[in-house]
Amino acid sequence: MSSPARVAAIASNTLLGLAREKVFWFLLVFALLLIGSSVVLVRFSFQDQFQMLKDVSLGAMSVFSSLLAVLATASLLPRDLEERTLYSLLAKPVGRGEYLLGKFLGVALLLALALALMGALFFALLLVRGQAVEAETARDLAALAPDALAAKLAELRAVVRDPNLLAAGALILVKSCVLAAATLCLSTFATSNLFTVMLAAAVWLIGHLQGAAREYWQGGGEIIGAWTKLTLAATAVVFPDFQLFNLVDEIAAGAPVPIALLARTLGLGAFYVVIYLLAAHFVFLRKEL
Amino acid sequence: MTEISSGPAFPRSRRFLLPLAAIALVIASGLARSPWERDLDAAQRAAGFHPARLGLGLRERLGQAGFLAALGGFRAPLADLLVIQAYGAWERVEWGRMNALFQTATALQPRAPHLWEMASWQMAYNAARNAREDVRRQPRELLRVRAEREYLALARDFLERGLANNPRSPLLWESLGRLQLDKLRDPLAASAAYARGADLPGAPAYLKRFAAYALSRAPGREREAHSLLRQIYDLGPQEHLPTLLKELRRLENHLDLPFSERIPPAL
Repeated sequence: MSSPARVAAIASNTLLGLAREKVFWFLLVFALLLIGSSVVLVRFSFQDQFQMLKDVSLGAMSVFSSLLAVLATASLLPRDLEERTLYSLLAKPVGRGEYLLGKFLGVALLLALALALMGALFFALLLVRGQAVEAETARDLAALAPDALAAKLAELRAVVRDPNLLAAGALILVKSCVLAAATLCLSTFATSNLFTVMLAAAVWLIGHLQGAAREYWQGGGEIIGAWTKLTLAATAVVFPDFQLFNLVDEIAAGAPVPIALLARTLGLGAFYVVIYLLAAHFVFLRKEL
Repeated sequence: MTEISSGPAFPRSRRFLLPLAAIALVIASGLARSPWERDLDAAQRAAGFHPARLGLGLRERLGQAGFLAALGGFRAPLADLLVIQAYGAWERVEWGRMNALFQTATALQPRAPHLWEMASWQMAYNAARNAREDVRRQPRELLRVRAEREYLALARDFLERGLANNPRSPLLWESLGRLQLDKLRDPLAASAAYARGADLPGAPAYLKRFAAYALSRAPGREREAHSLLRQIYDLGPQEHLPTLLKELRRLENHLDLPFSERIPPAL
C-alpha cells in the first residue's frame, strides 16, 4: 500500500468514526435548526428581506464549524490511545506523519461535509425565500414604472444568487481547518481531551485578537514597554490570525471579494495548516507510546 | 517490545530535539508570515473588509458575551439582534434607546447600507415626527421643534456616516436625497444626492429622474431642471412617464417657453 493510500485509508476511517459520534450530529442538528430558524427571524425584522437569513446562516456555519473542528480533533488521539488502535496501527508500516495527516484529512472531510449540509440548507432557504419575495415585490410594486420594477427585481435576484457566498463558505472551511490543525498540534502534547479543548478554545480566542497584538507589536513604538512588546510579538508569532478569515460579515452585507484577495487568504490558511501539522508531527515523533 | 513507528531519521537519543524543532518551526514561520499577514490585512481593509473596530467603547456597549460573539464571527447576527431590539424600542416609543441600539448595530456592521438607511429612516420618519406631535410628552412647542430637529440631524448623521463607509451605495444616496427633500427642505442638496446615486453602477434608473424633479423644486434652478427632464424625455417613449410629463409641462408653463420648445400636448 502506497503512502497516499495509507493516508486516505486513515482519513476515511477517521471520517467514519467521527460520523458515528452522536455529539457531532447534535451539533449539526443545532446548526441546521438555527439556519432554519432564520426564516422565522426574518419576520421579526423590518430590515432587508435576506440580510438576517444570510447573517444568521453564515454566523451559524462559522461558529458550528469551529466547534466541530475543536471537538472532533481533540478527541482523536486520546481515543486512539484509549482504545489502543494507535498501537496496532503504528505497529504496521504506517509512519506517524501519515497517521497525523490521515487524521487531519478525516476531520477536514467531516468539516467539509458538515458545511456542505449547512450550505445546502442555507441556499435552499435563500432560493425559496427569494422566489416568494420576488413574487411579492412584483405584485406590490406593479404600479411602479417598468424600469424601476425591473431594477428592484434585478437587485433582488443579485442578492439571492450572490457568488460571493461561495467564497464565504470556502473561508469558513479554511478557518475551521486551521483551527483543527492547531488543535491536532495541541493534542500531541496535551494530557487529556478536556485540556486539549480548553487550549484550543484559548487559541481560538487569542487568534481572533492576534491582529491587534501584531499591530501593536509592529507599530506600538515607544509607548509600550519591552516586556509588553515581547509578549505581543510572541502572541503574533505563535498564534494564527483568525480575523483574516472573518470576511463573512461583510460578504453577507454584499461586499464582493476579489479573487486575488480570496486566493491570498486561502493560501495563508493552507500555510497555517502545513506549519501546525509539521509542528504536530515533530512533537508526535517524540511521544512515548 | 516492538518499536512503534517513529520514522528512521530520529533515533531515541536525539528525540529531545524534536519539540525544540517544533517550537523553532512555529517561531520561524511566525516571523516569516508576519509581513504576509500585515499586507493581507491591509489589502482586506483596502477592499472594504474589517471596517468595525472592536474597541473598548463597543466592548462596554455589547457586554462580555456579546463582545466574544462579535469577535468569533457572530458580528452580523449580533447586529441583527440589536436591530430586533431597536424594533421593540420603536414599539415602546423609546427613541433614545432605539438610537443607542442603532448606533451599536451600525458600529458592528458598518458595511451594511440597509442598517444605516433603516436607522436614518426611523429617526427621520418616526422619532422626529413623534417628537414634534406628542403634546403629552412635551407641551412646549419650542422644545418639540428642537427635539424634531435633533432627530433629523441624527438621521442625516446616520446617512452621512453610512456613506462614508459605503460611498458606492445608491440606496444611501437615494435615502439622503429623500431626507433632504422631504424633511430638511433642501431640494438642491436632495438633487445633488440623487444625482450622485444615479451615477453609481447598479443604481436604479429612476434616480436620474428624481434628481431632476428635486432640482425643479429649487428656486432659480427651473431652467436647469427643465433641461435635465427634457434630456430624459428625449431618450424615448419608455421615459414618457406621467410624473415626468406633468413636471415638464409645469416647468414649460413656469418658464413660459415657446411652443417650439415644448413637448406635444397630451391627447
